[in-house]
Amino acid sequence: MLDPSLVTDVLHTALRTGGEFAEVFAEDARSSTARLDDGRVEEVTSGRSRGAGIRVVVGDTTGFAHTADLSPAGLHAAAEAASAVARHGGGGTVTVALSGEPSRAPGVRVLPETVSKADKVALLTRADAAARAAGSGVRQVSATYADSRRRILVANSDGLMAGDDQVKTRFAVQAVASGDTGLQTGRESHGLAQGFELFDGFDVEEAGRVAAERALTKLRARPAPSGTLPVVLKSGGGGVLFHEACGHGLEADLVGKRASVFAGRLGEQVASPLVTLVDDGTMPSEWGTYAIDDEGHPASRNVLIQDGVLTDYMYDFLRARSEQRPVSANGRRQSYRHLPMVRMTNTFLVNGTEDPDEIVRQTPHGVYVAQLGGGQVNTTTGDFVFGMTEAYLIEDGRITEPLRDANLIGNGPEVLTLIDVVGNDFAMGPPGTCGKDGQGVPVGDGQPTLRVRALTIGGTAA
Amino acid sequence: MNDVAGIAALVVSWAHPGEDVEAYVSRSRTTNVRAYNGDVESLSSAEPAGAGVRVVVGGRQGFAWAGTLDEGVLKEALEEARDNAAFGQPDEFAGLATPDGVALPVLDLVPSELAATPTSAKVELALELERATRARDARVTGIRAATYADSYGEVAVATTTGISAVGAAAMCYIAVSPIVEADGDTQIGSGLSAARAPSGLDLDRAVTDGVDRAVRLLGARKPPSRRVTAVFDPDVTAEFLAILGGTLSGDAVLKGRSFFAGREGERVASAAVTLVSDPTDAGSFDAGQIDGEGLARRRVPLIEGGHLQGFLYDTASGRRAGRASTGSASRGYSSAPTVGAPALTLAPGTRSRAELLASLDDGVCVQDVSGLHSGVNPVSGDFSVGATGLAVRNGALAEPFREATIASTLQRMLLDVAEVGADIEWLPGGPAGVTLVVHDVSLGGA
Repeated sequence: MLDPSLVTDVLHTALRTGGEFAEVFAEDARSSTARLDDGRVEEVTSGRSRGAGIRVVVGDTTGFAHTADLSPAGLHAAAEAASAVARHGGGGTVTVALSGEPSRAPGVRVLPETVSKADKVALLTRADAAARAAGSGVRQVSATYADSRRRILVANSDGLMAGDDQVKTRFAVQAVASGDTGLQTGRESHGLAQGFELFDGFDVEEAGRVAAERALTKLRARPAPSGTLPVVLKSGGGGVLFHEACGHGLEADLVGKRASVFAGRLGEQVASPLVTLVDDGTMPSEWGTYAIDDEGHPASRNVLIQDGVLTDYMYDFLRARSEQRPVSANGRRQSYRHLPMVRMTNTFLVNGTEDPDEIVRQTPHGVYVAQLGGGQVNTTTGDFVFGMTEAYLIEDGRITEPLRDANLIGNGPEVLTLIDVVGNDFAMGPPGTCGKDGQGVPVGDGQPTLRVRALTIGGTAA
Repeated sequence: MNDVAGIAALVVSWAHPGEDVEAYVSRSRTTNVRAYNGDVESLSSAEPAGAGVRVVVGGRQGFAWAGTLDEGVLKEALEEARDNAAFGQPDEFAGLATPDGVALPVLDLVPSELAATPTSAKVELALELERATRARDARVTGIRAATYADSYGEVAVATTTGISAVGAAAMCYIAVSPIVEADGDTQIGSGLSAARAPSGLDLDRAVTDGVDRAVRLLGARKPPSRRVTAVFDPDVTAEFLAILGGTLSGDAVLKGRSFFAGREGERVASAAVTLVSDPTDAGSFDAGQIDGEGLARRRVPLIEGGHLQGFLYDTASGRRAGRASTGSASRGYSSAPTVGAPALTLAPGTRSRAELLASLDDGVCVQDVSGLHSGVNPVSGDFSVGATGLAVRNGALAEPFREATIASTLQRMLLDVAEVGADIEWLPGGPAGVTLVVHDVSLGGA
């Protein structure tokens, strides 16, 4: 993407005013999306974003500038702007010798740009037809196909140079059903760090039917209860629980600022002994997977909680460097226009031993959540919420009536100790986008079926 | 800066006979300073720019965007948009905006002061914000972020159908999130002040809001579940209005995704509710001269005394509905226009926030809500969000609560609005904030 000798020159410019560390992050991203709504392919979109972000570190201060101009003049101008924070420093000559692999072949079989737009669009109309055929109550369907290819190059004044070629493909269907009780919605989505081969193992018509069934089922749903009940989360439907309940709180930047309830608790029992939590950027093809993070370090598998004991936090490069510990390769950014920070990759609870059906049978009264939507956490207090988008009552150990959408609320450290049974049916969930300080990055999550002894359900029924 | 209008016109000049082309070009200049521990944590500056190109041929629409104004790349984007149009399905209502004779509002949203403010003064503001926050209360033990940020942006829209318009706006803000601790309990607050230029920023207010609202939550517990009268803080009301805005989109209504469909003229809210979208109000941070299709921004009445007046439209949804665009197209350069609900505001009532609280015997004051993106279904109207705040008893704020939910449906909440406060204020998120009293909300807790 950039000539190594140009990158070396730019790093020199960045350090000329006395910076201690400099980094060039170059990115060339392309995306295409196709959207069907109201029975019609409304629009096919192509996007292109290309540029570089340059940061200079002096002490605890980071200077950052970015540019869409990858010419020598554009890059040097950005390097000078980023180095302005170091104006008071001494300056001097710095030697940078870059080594590493500046590019990498994508690990995908069918690159999106080799597939005709007609083939992409055809998936949408098939999903639409299948969703509409699911029942006469289906009144509206929208479907989205999206692919992206993101090539990055990272080089820094420590001599590191690395590159990655990240391809992702995603498909989503949303259905609206209408009945005596008003309107209801159902959604199904799937996405992997793959090319068009995603659709070898994923049936878009089935996705359309599932989305429609979810909406139709909710037409006969009763209001969710209000208050505290046992909650069983179906495998692959509730990984966001761990993302919110403790994942964010284990990000070293928040820990370092005392903005996490998990600060200072390494080595302590923070969860039920049934909980082993892992963040793993190396899982083949998962949504949060990459070869290198956005600071140039190879992805790794990090055990965060082992048998309920807090074993480690997640780090970005600068924080790991200042604490003189190994990187965990969790430094990520939305694009070249953003500074990297600590982010999750694929975060999941490892398998337990219980038969999932038995977990329901052993729950006399509670809520069965088949699908959670997004969530949000206050890492300082540990309080989090997440939305149920497909849920049912459990009565006498059986799954019975569907429930309308509502949020669940809990406190991270408390809920982790209330997990009293974990199933043996691990599955990853749908692709997610995690937001933090205004930046969105793709993340995965997963879990086996499990039960939380008590969670607060924010419904309207007494 | 390059002339965004000139670039938009250039792209449009490349149109082929028989096709309609629209170019949306934006360019901005941003500064962001974060202070931490008495030092600059990060200082970022940039001049991002980009363009979105829409092509409509025979009712088929294609779109492409690029994060640069490089002429060669813009040519490629036009080619891509043209190619993409071949794969859309024809829609008789698709098409670009045409001049509608409505004059652009005259708004000066770019004070010369911002451009004249040196970076060192911006850095000092961020450092002072952190210093003052730490000094405000002994219980402040940390700061998650103390930020100064500003942006100046200009946009141009040109089309082969005769649109040629530009807009420009600037804003800046300071924001701080203090961490407070006492007796083993920790809370985090947020304080904010926004203005068009640094001299309009109210540092004291950002600090006081951030610290005092966090401190008063210390010791909060899960409240018992019950139905209550809730008093929403102004920023909570604004978040609620933002969601309501989506249900008033003409596109959502036409496509059967709004519970307001077919209810124009009907009573949909209590008589206390009058709602407008008014991006011609220079006080709003959504204010602008033009919408995403280059038409004049305008004031759109939505609910009057509880009766539904109408919906918001862009050009395509307006045509489908047999109406004119309300100048409500919303977009950045990386997306085609969709219907937005800019600068939503309730008509203020007559009583102050203090008077509203004083007249409440038993209820809760909701200070913060969370999980709106997951807990509110704008299609069904089901509404359930996390909430923190304070109990209200005999007209006074009482003990704090946390780890609770409030739930209802959007439809019911509108009918249950008891009173709107007089304390209306534009907030940087879009809608105006105002204290709102809502009866009969489900509070979920222990």
